[in-house]
Amino acid sequence: MARKQKPRAKISAPSRRRVAPPRARAQRAGTALDLHRCAQFLEHEARLLDESKFDDWLKLFTADAWYWVPSEPDQADPHETVSLIYDDRRLLETRVRRLASPRMYSQEPRSRTSRVVANATIEDVEGRAATVRSKFLMIEYRREQQRLFTGTSWHRLVLIDGAIKIAWKRVDLVNCDAPLDGITQPF
Amino acid sequence: MTEDFSRFFKPGCVHRQLYTDPAIFELEMARIFGQAWVYIGHESQVKKPGDYFATQIGRHPVVMVRDPEGGLRVIRNQCAHRGAMVVATDKGNADEFTCCYHGWTYHLDGRLKAVPLNHGYPRDFKVGDPSMSMQSVARVKSYRGFIFASEAADGPDLEESLGHMTTSLDDMIDRAPDGEIEAAGGVFKHAYDGNWKVYFENLCDAAHPLFAHRSSIEASQAQSDDVHSDGSGEIAIRQMRQNGAPYSFWESQVGIWTYPSGHSYLGDYHDDSKLVAAMKDSAFRDYLTALEKKKGKKEAQRILEVRRWNSNIYPNVSLMSQFQQLRVVHPISVNRTVVHTYNFRMKGAPEQMFRNTIAFANIVNGTGSLVLTDDLEIYNRIDMGLSSYGAEWLQIGRGYQSDIPDAHGGRKGINSTSEVYIRNMLDAWQGYMSNGRSAPAARAAS
Repeated sequence: MARKQKPRAKISAPSRRRVAPPRARAQRAGTALDLHRCAQFLEHEARLLDESKFDDWLKLFTADAWYWVPSEPDQADPHETVSLIYDDRRLLETRVRRLASPRMYSQEPRSRTSRVVANATIEDVEGRAATVRSKFLMIEYRREQQRLFTGTSWHRLVLIDGAIKIAWKRVDLVNCDAPLDGITQPF
Repeated sequence: MTEDFSRFFKPGCVHRQLYTDPAIFELEMARIFGQAWVYIGHESQVKKPGDYFATQIGRHPVVMVRDPEGGLRVIRNQCAHRGAMVVATDKGNADEFTCCYHGWTYHLDGRLKAVPLNHGYPRDFKVGDPSMSMQSVARVKSYRGFIFASEAADGPDLEESLGHMTTSLDDMIDRAPDGEIEAAGGVFKHAYDGNWKVYFENLCDAAHPLFAHRSSIEASQAQSDDVHSDGSGEIAIRQMRQNGAPYSFWESQVGIWTYPSGHSYLGDYHDDSKLVAAMKDSAFRDYLTALEKKKGKKEAQRILEVRRWNSNIYPNVSLMSQFQQLRVVHPISVNRTVVHTYNFRMKGAPEQMFRNTIAFANIVNGTGSLVLTDDLEIYNRIDMGLSSYGAEWLQIGRGYQSDIPDAHGGRKGINSTSEVYIRNMLDAWQGYMSNGRSAPAARAAS
């Protein structure tokens, strides 16, 4: 069991849509969303993506979730500035459905990916919801080329009927504003 | 390299070497990007004195800058001393430009201002010597706020070169109820391994969406509309479904127009009523009200009846007025290209219209788009295919010799899947490459 970490009182804002930070307070023993459980969840998510189990990955999200990969560092809003990916729940479902399509020519041949998630911290916790910040490395191999992506992930995790769900996820790539070849793999 | 470029063309065919030969690419940079009016940026990107925007003409780094008098300049982003690039950030505001190497400092108009250790240079060295400046690009001109530059001192002026395409630039601006647009909402930079011409040759290709984009068409068609959307997914899914229109639509319900100097547009496209969900969509209703209020009913109707999809101004810019998109092609090498895409906000339009613009940009121009990723794959595969021997000649013969003359000096394809726009671009290519002018001496390709 990992040591319980005291959440920081001051939280950097990943998005203006973030739930307004409450006065952060260490959770009492027995609280379900502790760091250990959150970190395990992130590893589970990474594994689903590495194994191309995109349908199962989609099931991790809430019914009104959004998934966001900004095009600018510190981007404030997904509606006023373009994003490498900005999917509301409806578009995320379409994205996942397309990933299974044999006619997705940009996945012919398929990518193979390997993700490492680390440095998870709880930034903000409020009852059954927590914002978790973590680092990731994702290596994508496809057609004789290997690409490396890295950056910071922000997960808003909520407990629904005892299960962790993603209410929103923001992924800040370190090279988000670089010229980039097509991106087909979720981070 | 022989100067006879006609050998690369046969009726309805072009040789693969145009897309793969580094020597041809070098000549293109000198003769096309070194001659033509090349799109630089929009005046709204440099509003205040000292605002600058760094970009490229072909491979040459340049800076578009607003000088203290409010004038707009395009200068080479290069120090007169040892040639280092001076401005290292994409955009910003500056009082002066300073080279990081020996501290040579320049006025915003490019004139040299001061040099440390001034006394050590040759006796005839003078700070005021015009050759000791960040050099101005030969010609810079604005068309209603769209800034173009030409590295050739002589040649047709901008409006002559744009010809009938000025109407597509007008369309971008006229749609704004206040008659003004501004660049906003960031930029995409997407890249592919392939030749720059391949990108341009896809922008009016009405024959590819139904096939190339079938994965996103099918995924969007299967999508339930009952699932939560904050509006952006809805725009995206509508666009993907639209790509699934049957071949009969692509063949006969849109049109392809081409004009001298390599320009073209796909027109008679879906009208605004279909595109923005129209009268059912409250944002569009509000927009229409604002447009009619400012411009009058009749003019508003005229504006909305201009139904162009991509308008391509050869050699480096493509725009799309309905969702206020603009794409700039930056050739990097014979088989590497970067495309920068911009969005514009229509002044006087409801804010939701801009949000729709952003949602549209994400799905059409986004690096992680469900649509664009398949286009980028195709550009890569074209390069892989053309780099091998075997199929020496590419077919560009759809609609060959059946073009219809157009009242504005252009040629319209017999139908909207005609490859007339490719042949037209290659005519301009041959003109520039043969004699440095866009006027084709011969139309070998067409």
